[in-house]
Amino acid sequence: MELIRHNLPALIVVTPLVMGLLTSIIGRRGLGWWMAMGTTAAGLAMSVQLLVDVLSQGDRTLEYLMGNWPVPFGIGYSVDPLNATVLLIVSLLSAVITLYARKSVASEVPAGKLNFFYALWLFCITGLLGITITGDAFNLYVLLEISSLSTYTLVALGKDRNRRALTSAVNYLVLGSIGACFYLVGVAYLYMATGSLNIADIAERLQPIYASWGTDEPVYQKTVITGFAFMAVGLSLKLALFPLHGWLPNAYTYAPSSVSALLASTATKVGAYAFIRVIFTLVGVGFAFGRLHTDVALMVCSGAAILVGSWLAIRQTNVKKLLAYSSIAQIGYIALGFALANRDGITASVIHLFNHALTKGGMFLALGIVMYRVGGTRLSDLRGLGRKLPITMGAFTAGGLGLIGVPLTSGFISKWYLVSACLERGRYELAGVVLVGSVLALVYVWRVVETIYFGKREDEVTVREAPASMLVPTLILVGASIYFGVDSSFTTHIAGEAADFLLKVKP
Amino acid sequence: MQIVLDYYNYWACILIMMIGFYGIMAKSNLVKKVISLAIFQTGILVFYISTGKIDGGTGPVRVAEGAAEAVYSNPLPHALMLTAIVVGVSTMAVALAIIVNIRQAYGTIDELDIETMEHERGE
Repeated sequence: MELIRHNLPALIVVTPLVMGLLTSIIGRRGLGWWMAMGTTAAGLAMSVQLLVDVLSQGDRTLEYLMGNWPVPFGIGYSVDPLNATVLLIVSLLSAVITLYARKSVASEVPAGKLNFFYALWLFCITGLLGITITGDAFNLYVLLEISSLSTYTLVALGKDRNRRALTSAVNYLVLGSIGACFYLVGVAYLYMATGSLNIADIAERLQPIYASWGTDEPVYQKTVITGFAFMAVGLSLKLALFPLHGWLPNAYTYAPSSVSALLASTATKVGAYAFIRVIFTLVGVGFAFGRLHTDVALMVCSGAAILVGSWLAIRQTNVKKLLAYSSIAQIGYIALGFALANRDGITASVIHLFNHALTKGGMFLALGIVMYRVGGTRLSDLRGLGRKLPITMGAFTAGGLGLIGVPLTSGFISKWYLVSACLERGRYELAGVVLVGSVLALVYVWRVVETIYFGKREDEVTVREAPASMLVPTLILVGASIYFGVDSSFTTHIAGEAADFLLKVKP
Repeated sequence: MQIVLDYYNYWACILIMMIGFYGIMAKSNLVKKVISLAIFQTGILVFYISTGKIDGGTGPVRVAEGAAEAVYSNPLPHALMLTAIVVGVSTMAVALAIIVNIRQAYGTIDELDIETMEHERGE
């Protein structure tokens, strides 16, 4: 037991990797799902244990050395309140969505490919967990590519329902690879300046470089600035920050239902985490925001993301695409939170990572049920479903209220912190943007809700309520998103811990 | 002029990367797009390798005892790029596999043609 507990940071990444390989070989017929389910459940248990462990540490960090090679020579995994929270988000959501996936995936993916589907599913989760936990800048790139490559394929597997999945996947692949390559170039520049790849070590070695910039002989000034610029653009592509969001709507729309839910609730969140890590831990907020004023650029982009994303969401007729555009707006809220760089802002950002994962995950699962029962996710497919699928549509509506940020939903808590962070920084116009975003969200959610409950259905087909194996995970996510809106002590506590941790390491 | 000559290796890498980048944006044939992506990645590989080069440096092999200390190139970028090559090859493989599927589904691998086809179907 002690051995497992000591090696938890490695096991949490290695388990899904090994199980993914096994699944591709022996996971035929139903077995693949069982293996994926067992692995993600074990991952959830491990990440809960890690969170408990890290919060019990005095300095709130856990270091793990791969093969006992000391950093910066070996690869070190380091856990702190921020990435322990993101680990919990990823493993919780992946476990719940895997629970849901069985019937949904079986109806959308050819039976002969199920073992490969679940193998890719586990590889994707491996990559996401790895990005979150690693303390090495190059290792992060490799894990980013592991998760991205499996994601491209998972998106493309939606091809049997709609062939546009293929073109979306290629588009995502090209843009995603450019993003990863930009990040890689950024790492090269920082390596030239510091001679290290360990994130904490680079941060330490950058200090004397920064100190030299005020003097007559600045060293590596252009190198570090260029490196950070490449990293920032690359990661913005990965997290789909406006205006680099082009790949997202189609990839989410045409992927199989479970894949959309997994991507929407974890992939962009991990991208946001990596960006936060680069700004706050790697280059330091004093350099990124204080010297380069990246925060202004981020605020403009995230403000535009909120407005444009919500506006485009209003105009969609495919509800899945509507949710995808809404995700772009929600990513704007997350980016706005950490761009403000005060305690409330980072707290809002981390809370919203969590809350949005639950809410959007739940809504995509509810749409997956519509797909499973009705066979489409256009607005016309949802017409009048309020009476036929009362529980599913109730869950969808409750999730929608969370997107708007109605009090007693978790979305309200995130927006409350975000608005107070804007006011604290004296950015009244950004607080206004957040409120306008909520009004626009009200419009696009209302359009769907109106269709669901008041739309008349011409074809009187009999649609039965979803099977329990799909309904229960949906209700878990939506229920959790409401629970954390009523009692937000857990989310605010861990997000506060993460914010304190990040601001303490300010150079 | 001096800055071009002093850093000619970096200029070469930038040139390769930009050729690739141009191809990614300008070509509508998906296979050409993916090849451009590979060229872009190759530019990065060369960039990494050239950061580790030292004038007159040899390979990082163990020097015989008693011999004068050798100057050697930094081996770490080479090791990193082995990983990056693997990643690049995998990306290529996934991309080409998807393009084969696109060809089967649409009968063409030209992005513009596909857009026109989808547009006509009212997407």
